[in-house]
Amino acid sequence: MIALVVNGTRHDVDVPADKPLLWVLREDLNIVGPKFGCGVAACGACTVHVDGQAVRSCSLPVGEAAGKAVTTIEGLGNGRLHAVQRAWIEEQVPQCGYCQPGFIMATAALLRDKPRPTDADIDEALTNICRCGTYSAVRRAVHRAAAIIGGAS
Amino acid sequence: MKLSRRKAIIGGIVGAGFVGAGWWFAQEQDRLGHRGLFNIKPGQAGLNGWVKIGRDDSVVVAVPRSEMGQGVQTALAMLVAEEMDARWTQMRVEDPPDDPVYRNVTVLLDALPFSPEQHGALVDGAHWATDKVAGILGISMTGGSTSVRDAFVPMRLAGAVARALLLRAASRKAAIAVDELTVSEGEVRRRDGDSVARFGELVDFVGDLEPVPAPGLKNPADFRLLGKPLPRIDVLDKVQGAATFGIDVRQPGQLYAAIRNAPTFGGAAIAFDVKGALPKGIEKIVIVPGGIAAIGTSWWRANKFLDEGIAIKWQSGPAPTLDSKALWAEYQGLLETGSVALRRTLGIEAKPMQSQALDAVYRAPYLAHAAMEPANCTARADGQRIEIWMPNQAPTLVRKAAAQMAGVSTSDVTVHTTFLGGGFGRRFETDLVRQAVVCALAVPGRPVQVLWSREEDIRHDYYRPMALARWRAEFDMSGPAPRLTAVTKRQVGQSSSDAFTTRAFGLPASDQPEGNAVENPPYDFPFYRLEAVVTQGPVPVGFWRSVGHSHSTFFDESFIDEVAHALKKDPLAFRRELLAGKPRHLKVLETVAREAKWGTPLPAGSGRGIALRASFGSIVAQVAEVAVVGQSLRVERVTCAVDCGLVVNPQIVRMQMESGIIFGLSAALHGEITLSDGAVEQANFPDYEVVRLADSPVMAVHIVDSGAAEPGGVGEPGMPPIAPAVANAIFAATGKRLRNLPLRLA
Repeated sequence: MIALVVNGTRHDVDVPADKPLLWVLREDLNIVGPKFGCGVAACGACTVHVDGQAVRSCSLPVGEAAGKAVTTIEGLGNGRLHAVQRAWIEEQVPQCGYCQPGFIMATAALLRDKPRPTDADIDEALTNICRCGTYSAVRRAVHRAAAIIGGAS
Repeated sequence: MKLSRRKAIIGGIVGAGFVGAGWWFAQEQDRLGHRGLFNIKPGQAGLNGWVKIGRDDSVVVAVPRSEMGQGVQTALAMLVAEEMDARWTQMRVEDPPDDPVYRNVTVLLDALPFSPEQHGALVDGAHWATDKVAGILGISMTGGSTSVRDAFVPMRLAGAVARALLLRAASRKAAIAVDELTVSEGEVRRRDGDSVARFGELVDFVGDLEPVPAPGLKNPADFRLLGKPLPRIDVLDKVQGAATFGIDVRQPGQLYAAIRNAPTFGGAAIAFDVKGALPKGIEKIVIVPGGIAAIGTSWWRANKFLDEGIAIKWQSGPAPTLDSKALWAEYQGLLETGSVALRRTLGIEAKPMQSQALDAVYRAPYLAHAAMEPANCTARADGQRIEIWMPNQAPTLVRKAAAQMAGVSTSDVTVHTTFLGGGFGRRFETDLVRQAVVCALAVPGRPVQVLWSREEDIRHDYYRPMALARWRAEFDMSGPAPRLTAVTKRQVGQSSSDAFTTRAFGLPASDQPEGNAVENPPYDFPFYRLEAVVTQGPVPVGFWRSVGHSHSTFFDESFIDEVAHALKKDPLAFRRELLAGKPRHLKVLETVAREAKWGTPLPAGSGRGIALRASFGSIVAQVAEVAVVGQSLRVERVTCAVDCGLVVNPQIVRMQMESGIIFGLSAALHGEITLSDGAVEQANFPDYEVVRLADSPVMAVHIVDSGAAEPGGVGEPGMPPIAPAVANAIFAATGKRLRNLPLRLA
């Protein structure tokens, strides 16, 4: 049994310790916001937070997340819309939307470290893939989210 | 198109067992459907086949098209909301049942092998025949940038008819004559403005009222919603991780299946050997069409098992030694010796006394779609019933493939179309349906979700065909300056539409090129000749965003640039000359040039390139600005002008242009599928790289108002010009002409 705390709720899961966190979330806990895109940590669609850090969950054995706080897109706003999600709506970022939970989680982690990111910071932090090409809207939304968070504090 | 070919299409399709209701749309009015058609639930009233209202004040619109990012749910709901005078915030969308009224006619008309400007009895005849066939066939599909074009009249009509019905219901409720009532903002009001009823309050007063023939549609000058950047209807779900994609389907008792497909094209799994007993969590191993499936309670476990726990005996496909180098050599040979499937000439060929020729050969490789959501399909077999959940672009074909595989009738198959994590043409295909149905039949009563790993997805795609073209320009050298007298193009490649119709409808190969690979460039050449050589081959090819335009535009627009330079003319000025008779094209060209500051100086090592393409009913021109440092290339800025006719939602138009640019840039800079030993060499994003945020150029999109009364497509037209615009910019920056995709400096 591996104990996980996901979005504030404790779960004990009976899975092999090498099962990636992504698949535990999707198959064992029915939390499907984090997406499968590549399986090799190359695309970022599976990004979640583990103890506040952005992690590509397709390549993190669940054993390494044991006892840590995992946050997925479903838990990001604690029942409300997180500033990053609001910025995403205001900038109308998503197209197909499949990769967006990963972008949003990566952005939320970035803004925690760098509340006023430069374009270079965004380039470096958001290496996720979007095949619809929402990148320019993503960039605008990151800056807008920074402004929302900055204005609120 | 010969008459025999036209007959072959009709005969073939009808012969393929598709004849259904004998339906076709004599008039758009026929596509309205009846009031009970659209899954009417308690608390709702159907107004016609496309619209229902709820007591909660919702207006629910039938969207029988797949939402894959292009904004179709938003655009189609806007068409209805406009004519109904509804509030945007009350609009909802829902997938309707499979019925002929919901099918897409435009997509088939666009697929015919004519250039759009061609007219005449033969072309009209073929259009008529196809229109009729589309109706008989009834194909519900999403592609070819057709959804809004196809729905523009019928869905507005549905909104207008719904509005008229609500006026009558309100008249009944309030005992006020219909002509004293009007509608605005989701309410029926007296003409003096007093509210009579919100839409939701009329649910119980619609009763047995029947829709009446169409009132007139609004004049575009009176539009309140169309043309406005309204927010997308799917955005809230998508930022919360709440949108259900195919991979997110969860049904009671659901199992998961991982797949290994045969390494070589057309191969199969013929036997397997499991080392010991099946491990915990793996329930069954099943040979499926094209490969083998491990079914279990965890996809991850099943996928790992296929790597580690099983030995599979494969049967090779028909071309186990195929490799890219040999294939290119074969195509090069076909340039000289291949038989010409289609020849087209425009203008009169002159033979100057003193002439000189410019030859250029261009290449474009196979490309995978690499949609973010890997290919998947969930199926359940329950007695005679088959239920499918799938992110797909053609539910009619999904249904047919499932029925065939299970040996049941199509009426026993239900298809649920989920959100698509990208489509790009890949999800027209039914290979996953066949695999999922075989898995489902092996575990009756239990749903099985078949999911391909990214590696399977890239190695077993239906690829954008590789293609080769030789352009030749001839110049009259007898005057003081060279003068262009003729251009000829010979193009070699597989036809993805031919391959598709063969697969999907069982038609014999026509050996005709796909229509949009052989569209004529818009330029007024003194003489133009096109020759297309169509190859067959073992590599499966299919529709890929912008289809034939994706490579033809690179060939055509690169060559126009070369001709301009050969004539010592500015590439913009030369295009302008050749477009003198085409005001819409010219306006797009002038707009992009102005906005990109064409002709103003750039730093050394930087350059601008321009390209233009009309595709899917729209005209797009782009200027790319590139910076070259040593062997490294950076696309700094892309300016885009688009005339897509009447604009439904400018925000979505802009995003689709940016989307096309990024998708096209990934192909232009990175995209290449190569073959070795009969198999694809690439497997995942590390070796099938795409553009990421850090490499994404600054983009500016300018919508050109042409005053057109009808919309053009936007999902694809933004893509074709970018590769040649970048190649032309590289030439401007370095003097180096890159004629092969992807564009590599070294």
